[in-house]
Amino acid sequence: MPLSETDIQAIWLTLRLASVTTLLLLVVGTPLAWWLARTRSWLKQPVAAITSLPLVLPPTVLGFYLLILLGPDGPVGSLMQDLGLDTLPFTFPGLVVASMIYSLPFMVQPLQNAFAAIGNRPLEVAATLRASALDRFVTIVVPLARPGFLTGMVLAFAHTVGEFGVVLMIGGNIPGETHVLSVAIYDHVEALAYDNAHLLSAGLLTFSFVVILLLNLLNKRSHPEMFR
Amino acid sequence: MTSLTVRFAAELDGFSLDVSFEAPGCGVTALFGHSGSGKTTLLRCLAGLEPRVAGFLQVNDEIWQDDANGIHQPTHRRAVGYVFQEASLFPHLSVRQNLEYGMKRVPASQRRVGFDEAVALAGLPDLLERSSIHLSGGERQRAAIARALLTSPRLLLMDEPLSALDERSKQEIFPCLERLHNELSIPVIYVSHSLKEVARLADHMIWMEEGRIRAADSLQRVLTRMDLSVEQGEEAGAILEAKVALHDDRYHLTALDGRCGRVWVSRLDLAPGSPARVHIPARDVSICLERSGGSSILNIWPVVVEDICEHSASQVLVRLRCDGGGDAPRLLARITRRSCTMLRLKPGLAVFAQLKSAALIDY
Repeated sequence: MPLSETDIQAIWLTLRLASVTTLLLLVVGTPLAWWLARTRSWLKQPVAAITSLPLVLPPTVLGFYLLILLGPDGPVGSLMQDLGLDTLPFTFPGLVVASMIYSLPFMVQPLQNAFAAIGNRPLEVAATLRASALDRFVTIVVPLARPGFLTGMVLAFAHTVGEFGVVLMIGGNIPGETHVLSVAIYDHVEALAYDNAHLLSAGLLTFSFVVILLLNLLNKRSHPEMFR
Repeated sequence: MTSLTVRFAAELDGFSLDVSFEAPGCGVTALFGHSGSGKTTLLRCLAGLEPRVAGFLQVNDEIWQDDANGIHQPTHRRAVGYVFQEASLFPHLSVRQNLEYGMKRVPASQRRVGFDEAVALAGLPDLLERSSIHLSGGERQRAAIARALLTSPRLLLMDEPLSALDERSKQEIFPCLERLHNELSIPVIYVSHSLKEVARLADHMIWMEEGRIRAADSLQRVLTRMDLSVEQGEEAGAILEAKVALHDDRYHLTALDGRCGRVWVSRLDLAPGSPARVHIPARDVSICLERSGGSSILNIWPVVVEDICEHSASQVLVRLRCDGGGDAPRLLARITRRSCTMLRLKPGLAVFAQLKSAALIDY
């Protein structure tokens, strides 16, 4: 049975959402994880707790508050309207923002652990070898934390592909805009089109398995040795 | 010639550091002290790795730090080489890439140590393409030394580079350190808690205790300071610089000439003219009023008693000055208090020192 046009559209939309979310999370998550790994500030634990919140919070709760926050009557939504911008709920950018918050811990935690494992010594050594702070980050931290980057990106991507509750709350079900895979499967089941649901579900199952397998293989290959 | 001026004062996590000293701009200065005396902290301050510590630091004509006047160069702007206790090679880079890491970051016009020169000095030619994680401890430490040298530092800081190594690896590194000492005119600050290491390598010595400086002077002078020598106990002794004069193959002896005179030691495998550093332990020096004939002791020197100090209930430590005026080398002798009284030793008395043993310093 071939995929319907809506299904193909849903697959592309999902991949686009996951890619954009992962890249933006890399940009936001890296400095956040670096700060969390290095700071001695009392703010560390509260910030770490907020970052981890999406791990335990039901996605519908997260989606509900985002909807209120970003909606036309919410503080962020009304501010955006005052600035002449469209509000985010039920749009693709809105989904991206929600997905970033929802997948944040999956990017930050592997990175934070990888940064903490490097410790201070390699950075001190690099400093005595004339490397500036940015130079040290690019030439020492990034290569040594490669498994952390890989894990964070893959988990954030996969987790975004699988999100459902948040999407329903804030994205709705607009084809080509917010109609992602998990919602499409739900629709098929609602319509008792089990064959279509099977096709997409089996695809996602295979995708998830392959991702985790690849991740494990890649991380096993790259520098299992600690810094010596 | 003074070209290192250092002043630091800080309270760090319950430890107080308060030092002020000057050191020569050449040769090896040992930073000696027991663990917890603040040696490593001081070394880190010199490198700028303790940004919270305020003070003053001038290396040759460059001021690296003068917090009173708002100068505080970050580590990567200081021309230091730093060899850490454990070698800390970057595991994601090959040996060659490790060596080039610092070198590439120094402008070509400021490089004074050549790549091949450093590689040869550290004995690394065969290891360059290896991954740094597949080296032995000694190889790794040699690579770390070469890596630091390749930044052409104005000051080389070494934090107990031998302490994490086994005996065999130490034997690999020592020649490398000695060549460094002889071939490159980079001042070295060498942290150690081993008097033996210090005696072999250093020219100058800074003695630290509880974050303070107790002595900063030439190695010979610090080692023969009475208050410090008493605390060294069995290890107390003097160091003499000498040159190999001749070999006596019949009796398997070698004569070394130093400023105190000639000293005979067991046959050495060194060419005449080569420098040799001799350790003369205080417990093996005895004193007599006349040059005695018929003694089994080969090395007898005329000396003058300079100072006498109680060592234990039964023993005293006597500092002796060799012939040759005010800055002549000093010896230490540990004798019984009874002998001291019987011989009526007092400062200024001319006597003879008998050296029961003198040994080339060999780690």
